[in-house]
Amino acid sequence: MAADKVDPIHQFHIIKLIPIKIGSYDLSFTNSALFMVLTVLVAAAFLYLTTSSRSLVPGRLQSVSEMAYEFVGNMLRDAAGTQGMKFFPLVFSLFMFVLVANLLGLIPYFFTVTSHIIVTFGLAILVIGTVIAYGFMKHGLGFLKLFVPQGVPIYLMPLVVAIEVISFVSRPVSLSVRLFANMLAGHITLKVFSGFVVSLSAFGAIGIAGSVLPLAMAVALTALELLVAFLQAYVFAVLTCMYLNDALHPSH
Amino acid sequence: MFVTSAFAQETAPAATEGDTHSGTGVPAEAHGTFPPFDPATFPSQLLWLAITFGLFYLFLKRVAMPRLGGIIDVRNDRISQDLDQAAKLKSEADAAVAAYEQELAEAKKNANSIGQQAADAAKAEADTARKKIEAALDEKLGEAEARISSIKANAMKEVGSIAEDTASAIVEALVGDKAGKAEIAAAVKSVAR
Repeated sequence: MAADKVDPIHQFHIIKLIPIKIGSYDLSFTNSALFMVLTVLVAAAFLYLTTSSRSLVPGRLQSVSEMAYEFVGNMLRDAAGTQGMKFFPLVFSLFMFVLVANLLGLIPYFFTVTSHIIVTFGLAILVIGTVIAYGFMKHGLGFLKLFVPQGVPIYLMPLVVAIEVISFVSRPVSLSVRLFANMLAGHITLKVFSGFVVSLSAFGAIGIAGSVLPLAMAVALTALELLVAFLQAYVFAVLTCMYLNDALHPSH
Repeated sequence: MFVTSAFAQETAPAATEGDTHSGTGVPAEAHGTFPPFDPATFPSQLLWLAITFGLFYLFLKRVAMPRLGGIIDVRNDRISQDLDQAAKLKSEADAAVAAYEQELAEAKKNANSIGQQAADAAKAEADTARKKIEAALDEKLGEAEARISSIKANAMKEVGSIAEDTASAIVEALVGDKAGKAEIAAAVKSVAR
């Protein structure tokens, strides 16, 4: 049990809360699913309740909602133009979901949804799927111009096209791994330093004195993780905007 | 230490993943693997992610975002409306100031002309009064001059008779004879001339 407490991987375990099994697939309602529901509820309730008064002069909380809305809106308009605004709901929900999931994960004993690669990969595939589906729907085969930059000499073309295809295919991977790895690494580091505090303080007075350093480290890391939580949500949303811009304007 | 042991297990899921997807059913024992790479949890997490994120997307698209957009639009409308009204009020105020200044200028002009008229009338009145007084004075002056000249004529006349009397008296005393009255008068007249 004592080893469990300082095990930095323990926080990522999936625990089945309501076992559901359909066919050969295990679709149980797990702690991960619980925190997805919680993330959605917190984000939706925040946006809903803070704007319920529809004040002309916003209060603090309404300002936060409006700032998030305009922040993502401006981000999307800058990256993809006014045409891109049809994807505003998608980008805004991705931003809010990732942000709230990251922030909730910082609360002790809470599960971090975005520390599981399948979740971030699912979101990344949703983005790339939207890009591909909309790109072919809007431009037909003209969407393939994305892989053929203009003004490249013919003899270099095969190489450039191969590079473009590889970079496009690696997008969902980089998008998902970036978010996942940041959250995972941050939480492991936090847990390791907090674990030091617990283990050291078991050694009496000297241990308690020595545990001050890792404790300070854990506090500083918590602040850093708060920044990372916001930054990664921002990065995810910005990259989504840029990829959507490719779907709207495939020719370079 | 912890981290390396965790990442060492990264390779394990590759094998188990194949199992789940080939549909052999029961996922391989999950306890040895690093939880984020345990494929046994993938279907469940993907399903719940799809459900929760799908509902979240619909909620934002249908409820939260129209409301936020509405609040911001209403505010922007209100601000531009207020600005328009302020501009209108300002132009009205400017017009009022211009009208006031114009009226002021007109009133000044009127006042000047009224003053000029009054001054002219007063001057004309004074002129007539002076002329009347001057005429009266002239008349009196004439009368006085006439009287002076008549008095002077009378005096001159009396001077002649006195001279005649004196001359006849002198002649009588010198000669002892009374000179003719007519001769004396003629002599006096020629001397007086």
